[in-house]
Amino acid sequence: MSERLLMKGNEAVGEAAIRAGCRLFFGYPITPQNEIPEYMSRRLPEVGGVFLQAESEIAAINMVYGAAGAGARVMTSSSSPGISLKMEGISYIAGAELPCVIVNMVRGGPGLGGIQPAQSDYFQATKGGGHGDYRMLVLAPASVQEMADCTADAFELADKYRNPVMVLGDGALGQMMEPVTFSKPPVSVSELPPKPWATTGARGRAPNIVNSLHLENEELEKLNLRLEAKYRRMKSEDVRAEVIDCDDADVILVAYGTMSRVCRSAANMARSAGLRVGIVRPITLFPFPSEILSELAKKGVPFLVVELSLGQMVEDVKLAVNGASPVQFYGRTGGFLPTPKEILARMESVLKDRSQAPCGAVPER
Amino acid sequence: MTRVFGRPAALADVPTHYCPGCTHGIIHRLVAEAIDEAGVLDRAVGVAPVGCSVLAYNYFNCDMQQAAHGRAPAVATGIKRARPECVVFSYQGDGDLASIGTAEIIHAAARGERITVIFVNNAIYGMTGGQMAPTTLVGQKTTTSPRGRDAALAGYPVRMAELLAALESPAYIARVSVHNPANINRAKRAIQKAFEVQIKDQGFGFVEVLSSCPTNWGLAPIEALKWVEEHMIPYYPLGEFKTVEGAG
Amino acid sequence: MLEEIIIAGFGGQGIMVMGRLLAHAGMVEGRNVSWIPSYGPEMRGGTANCCVVISSDPIGSPVVAEPDTVIAMNRPSLEKFAPSIKPSGLLIYNSSLIDIVPERQDITVIAVRASGIASELGDIRAANMVALGAYLRARGVVSREAVVDSIRAVMPKLSQSLIDLNVKALDKGMDIAGDQLMISESIS
Repeated sequence: MSERLLMKGNEAVGEAAIRAGCRLFFGYPITPQNEIPEYMSRRLPEVGGVFLQAESEIAAINMVYGAAGAGARVMTSSSSPGISLKMEGISYIAGAELPCVIVNMVRGGPGLGGIQPAQSDYFQATKGGGHGDYRMLVLAPASVQEMADCTADAFELADKYRNPVMVLGDGALGQMMEPVTFSKPPVSVSELPPKPWATTGARGRAPNIVNSLHLENEELEKLNLRLEAKYRRMKSEDVRAEVIDCDDADVILVAYGTMSRVCRSAANMARSAGLRVGIVRPITLFPFPSEILSELAKKGVPFLVVELSLGQMVEDVKLAVNGASPVQFYGRTGGFLPTPKEILARMESVLKDRSQAPCGAVPER
Repeated sequence: MTRVFGRPAALADVPTHYCPGCTHGIIHRLVAEAIDEAGVLDRAVGVAPVGCSVLAYNYFNCDMQQAAHGRAPAVATGIKRARPECVVFSYQGDGDLASIGTAEIIHAAARGERITVIFVNNAIYGMTGGQMAPTTLVGQKTTTSPRGRDAALAGYPVRMAELLAALESPAYIARVSVHNPANINRAKRAIQKAFEVQIKDQGFGFVEVLSSCPTNWGLAPIEALKWVEEHMIPYYPLGEFKTVEGAG
Repeated sequence: MLEEIIIAGFGGQGIMVMGRLLAHAGMVEGRNVSWIPSYGPEMRGGTANCCVVISSDPIGSPVVAEPDTVIAMNRPSLEKFAPSIKPSGLLIYNSSLIDIVPERQDITVIAVRASGIASELGDIRAANMVALGAYLRARGVVSREAVVDSIRAVMPKLSQSLIDLNVKALDKGMDIAGDQLMISESIS
């Protein structure tokens, strides 16, 4: 199937998961991601899979734990308040080193917040989110095609690292329709590599135990260090970012997901006005493309970080840049998506500040 | 020489951490015997809870998963849905199942999940040091009900077997006790049935086992067994509350 | 080529379907397209709008702030979105339900009696297709054939008789826009 299909981002996630060999989905209704469970409830029985609507997000993520521990490719999806409920389970999944895919179609918060697009769950997604010293690998698609591609990759990466992988979208990406092509042949579930650690029944082998409890200090530290080594390996092997026109840029925009698309429109407007604008679009939010940014920062070019939050990813940009060039921030919340003109205006003020202030002394906001 | 008694194959040959006089050991053995006798050890997957039996994954000689507090029925659901050929059981205490995990147990039962749930009710939080449980009896003193459970403040203890028996889906619901040999035999039969309804694809099986906690009750082991009989059974009547045609 | 469109009206007027037909037709013709609805708790009867972008280049923001075209199917939509149209842009409005005349002089305005014509054709629900037809004639960003071919993909459950009605409504809208454009050209 390589024809172009007009699909909602949420539906593309569902189809991509099934084609990646996901045969189990556990979820709970919440706007704006309902098309994912709806799609799975329709499609999974057609391929011999199981869709189960859980009694809560907490139950759903624990069903994911059980199924992942039993060796299956499994997924759940939710939106911000529901993801908060899943955090307990995600911590256990990370601790027990189980592969699974969690989709968060972010909406505004805190609390019940709103249902419009937001990027205010960046900290939660990239810094662990639940208790304990752990990370998820976080993919941030920016189009319906990437929603499909990132979902497919998420299953591979989850298995590669035995780690939960989050696909971090937002309400806009989930609701919008764009053409999508599924070019790779579907994964054959029976041909997936075996998971010898899974609880499939101890036939002809010693029992397997899926567990995150380590009461001996030595044992727990050993786990923590093993996890850290895994996260380091992610940083060396699986950082992804799109870098556009940064070589001779006067200013570099840093944005991910939906926000990066508005930045692309703003950059086009700016170029017609004679401004040279580069864009760095992180696709993996953890591991973060720090080296790409620190390399670019050596030229002293100013960065403008744009987010649908009051400033979360900007902290990782600042850590990467480490004072080598100025970093400014612009964000909108409440469900507002900045217009390209708003971003253009901010870029102009960044450049004006730059002509007046020495490197690194640009006031924030 | 004929061997008439031995360790069940489903029980690992390791010392347990349970307190002297605790009846978890008896209940572990009954579960292990049921697994052995059903001939499903090589396809059994157990789920350990949070609480005194958190380390159950070391004691059963089959594949095990350790679950977050109260979530064992959801974890068991995930395992069973991924591996329908496996025989899946959870082993949970009263804080785990009847307090923090009420949503998970009620909905697993309501869905008629093909799993077996062993619910050990000793009317107290043991692992954390003897706090009030949802099953603590009225008047019973614990570290968080030092003047005895006050029904006006904390309500009345929850009867989980009766509560779940009100649902349409479950195939087998029973309450048993292990305070003397006759009751241990009845408990064994009930646990076997709770596995059989799963193996025969008849539905959800649940056995509540009244258990003693000498340490946190502050009683000698024999006194504690007497306390089960004299105080718990009157409030938690024994028997089968639900059974399907041809169960067990 | 970049065309940014906002389509707006009451929930239930087929606003979303218009946008999806347009996006699908653009895709069929090999363009980059995006469609994004305004979404909210109201499922029926509230205001509804969607943004469609059709472009030869990769699409940046799917949310349109300054549209090339607005199709307004009711008065609140006209009042809300007409001021945002780019200079020399296009406004198509449903004059059956909108009793005011748009004031802007720097854009092309086409009034289409969409609800009235759809009722005369036998089903008021086809008003969206009348307006869409007017848009196709006025802008020509996608072809009539691509839209007709997209009907089945976008509305797979539609009966043949309803498809026929929709095509008839589409053609009627094209005729009306053609007449109006000819008149305005002869005036200017």
